[in-house]
Amino acid sequence: MLPPVFGVIFDGFAYGMLLFLLSVGQSVTLGMMNFINLAHCAFAMLGGYITVTLVNRYGWPFFVTLPLAFLVAAAVSVAFERALYRRLYRASDLDQVLLTIGIAFISVAIAAYYFGTEQQPLQLPAYLRESVQFLGLRMSVYRLILVGIGIATTLILVGTLEYTRFGAQVRASVDNQRMASGLGINVERTFAYTFALGSGLAGMGGALAIEIVGLDPQFAFTYLVYVLIVVSVGGLGSITGSFAAAAVLGISDVAGKYYVPQIGAFLIYLVMISLLMWRPTGLFGRR
Amino acid sequence: MALMEGVASPQAYLQSRSRWRPVEIAFWLATLLPYLLFPNYLSLASQIAITALFALSLDLILGYAGIVSLGHAAFFGIGAYTAGLLSKYGWGEPFSGLVAAAVMASLVGYATSFIIARFRHLALIMLTMGFGLLLAELANSAGWLTGGVDGLQGVSMWPLFGYLHFDLFGRAAYGYSLAVLFIVFLFARRLINSPFGLALRGIRENAVRMPAIGAASRTHIRTIYTIAAAIAGVAGALLAQTTETASLETLGFQRSADVLVMLVLGGAGRLYGGLIGAAIFMVARDQFSGIAPQYWYFWIGVLLVVVVVLLPNGVLGGLAKLTARWGPR
Amino acid sequence: MSGPALSTRRLAKSFGSLIVARDIELSLPVGARYALIGPNGAGKTTLINLMTGMLSPNAGQIFLGDDDITGLEPQARVRRGLARTFQINTLFPGLNALEAVTLAVAERRGISGQFWKNVAEHREAIEEAYEILAKLRLGDSCYQVTRELPYGRQRLLEIALALATRPKVLLLDEPAAGVPQEESGDIFEAVASLSGDLTLLFIEHDMHVVFRFATHIIVLVGGGIFKEGTPAEIANDPGVREVYLGTRKHG
Repeated sequence: MLPPVFGVIFDGFAYGMLLFLLSVGQSVTLGMMNFINLAHCAFAMLGGYITVTLVNRYGWPFFVTLPLAFLVAAAVSVAFERALYRRLYRASDLDQVLLTIGIAFISVAIAAYYFGTEQQPLQLPAYLRESVQFLGLRMSVYRLILVGIGIATTLILVGTLEYTRFGAQVRASVDNQRMASGLGINVERTFAYTFALGSGLAGMGGALAIEIVGLDPQFAFTYLVYVLIVVSVGGLGSITGSFAAAAVLGISDVAGKYYVPQIGAFLIYLVMISLLMWRPTGLFGRR
Repeated sequence: MALMEGVASPQAYLQSRSRWRPVEIAFWLATLLPYLLFPNYLSLASQIAITALFALSLDLILGYAGIVSLGHAAFFGIGAYTAGLLSKYGWGEPFSGLVAAAVMASLVGYATSFIIARFRHLALIMLTMGFGLLLAELANSAGWLTGGVDGLQGVSMWPLFGYLHFDLFGRAAYGYSLAVLFIVFLFARRLINSPFGLALRGIRENAVRMPAIGAASRTHIRTIYTIAAAIAGVAGALLAQTTETASLETLGFQRSADVLVMLVLGGAGRLYGGLIGAAIFMVARDQFSGIAPQYWYFWIGVLLVVVVVLLPNGVLGGLAKLTARWGPR
Repeated sequence: MSGPALSTRRLAKSFGSLIVARDIELSLPVGARYALIGPNGAGKTTLINLMTGMLSPNAGQIFLGDDDITGLEPQARVRRGLARTFQINTLFPGLNALEAVTLAVAERRGISGQFWKNVAEHREAIEEAYEILAKLRLGDSCYQVTRELPYGRQRLLEIALALATRPKVLLLDEPAAGVPQEESGDIFEAVASLSGDLTLLFIEHDMHVVFRFATHIIVLVGGGIFKEGTPAEIANDPGVREVYLGTRKHG
């Protein structure tokens, strides 16, 4: 029989996988183009609302909506990248912050207008609401699936990065943009694809998040903070860094709220500040 | 010495850049108009003056030294709670409350400046945001001190100079806030036109070149960050004193983000940008106070996108292009 | 001062398995006019970055005169008299030339921490700044904002900023890079007119310039000093010619 702490760790790890899916795209694109996109979680929120609409209003099965959440978020992000983001790749940090915060504000308002400000309920099939007993631990089926998706995504991403040509282009662009374009790599196109992929993953993450943390228009900002923490602690441009940072953050957050609820949220910020001071480019960062 | 005919000597040229322009004098005279034209809106006017002071403090670090801070409200809140607590526990003299707030805020500012000065880009933004959120959480948990979600109760101010009471119409409040704003503005103006101000602009224009000309950039950043913290603290104290309360939102992320928007709207790095941005923002918000907050932010969002894409230097920047001379930036 | 103005001992730097500086031993006597040449990627700018403190070495030491400056921060080295210019203009786009050079002079004089007096009241600093600009023929455009200056003038401003720190040793990284033929003369005249006490090391690709100004040439290849000697020796060296024509492969 395992002590309850393992239950806390499992829940924390599952939460971490959610944060990973939300953050990994941001980490890679920040590492590649140094473009600060504070509207990233708005794409996640979009994925969430797509799933809510399809499941609640049209009765689609939950898992079928996930790829759609991915695709819609990716497609919308491509539109934004072409119309607006592209002009600001060489702009100052402040300009990028302001533009993307503005987009986030707009998306929050649109979500509130169409869906209202309440939490969205989600009708999930019964088996997803059950738990499984293992060595004395109750693990919810949903969280098990979340962990599975998280690990599978990590493996697919790392595999793509290591073994495919596209992956090599991404690695080169993250490492040294000038050199990469000197070698004939179309850095801007690589960035566009990676950005779409990252936003798509965020969209899928947003859909998966509904059951764990709920969905309301403020999602775009509430989870932005956590995403930025994962990215800056994990290191820009690093998938394994995001994985590690998300896991650590997820576990500390859940454990903090469970064992020392008075200082729960406080702990996260303290951990982030300390880690950033020790390693300003993140645990696995390059610059 | 190959200077063209009719062009001033170097010293005279630099002197002329810092002269008071007629439009500036008109601006400050106009700040007295609320007493004549909008006597029922003096409370709003003092809120504007206080927010303008806060925006001015952010301009010093953002517009002049280039430090993007998403947590500047921390100092505003520290000032508010310091002045509020001082009054709550028996000492309600306004001016000394301001001094105490400035001291507290500058101490915290000085301590955090050591960390702030060592980072740039994302790490810097994250650290400022992290400190702000951390302080807000601390204030939330320390309900025994701050009053928590309900806010600080029991603040009551003694009259200014012993006889000017803070009345319901806000007459004393506005005069007080405006006077403090003006005095601090004069100080900031002097600072901007000094060699230190030039060094700050150097850091903003090219942080990499500064060490290469022998500049101790980190020391300069620590200094201006501390000064900006003190000024933000004074603004917070003014708020606590004129509204006789202090609440958690004075330290919140919302306030940090709002002041950033105001500064950008007005144009950072021109000293007046924060003042004008604050005035526009607060008046607009008052006018549209009927609509729900997320729709208000929709328009702010649209404005931000428009400003960044079309008007990179804010309202004043756009105007400056038309008028060509607005003093050193 | 009898010893060299600037010297390095076994200076080394690598990024993982990429060695950018290997065992560099340099010695610049006072008043030297040394040129640093080598194929692209040889590590010339990296060497300047190491000497000025923008990069820290993995091993070795750097001496300014008799002082070991290896552990000093970049601004401390500048204050001791080691200045450099950048290959790509690293100027203050929004400041005008007068303000930029006055800033450098103010930093040197230690008055840039003062926030209570107007800049205009520091007459001597401003006059000094103007003199430097005038000597480099920038006097009449000194009120123009840097980003609006023509490229050649910006390159001159690069040098003006470095000179404002009153260096004993000046490292110039391709001072005439990108400047059209007609204007590069201005830059080199400026360089030529520099005081004989000032020790110069300049990176340059144009061999005419190198042979005209340098008394000694150091050839850097693959992070290491390949050869050094007088212009005549280097011009006639077959190994150097091979390196530039690239017939030999370098690891």
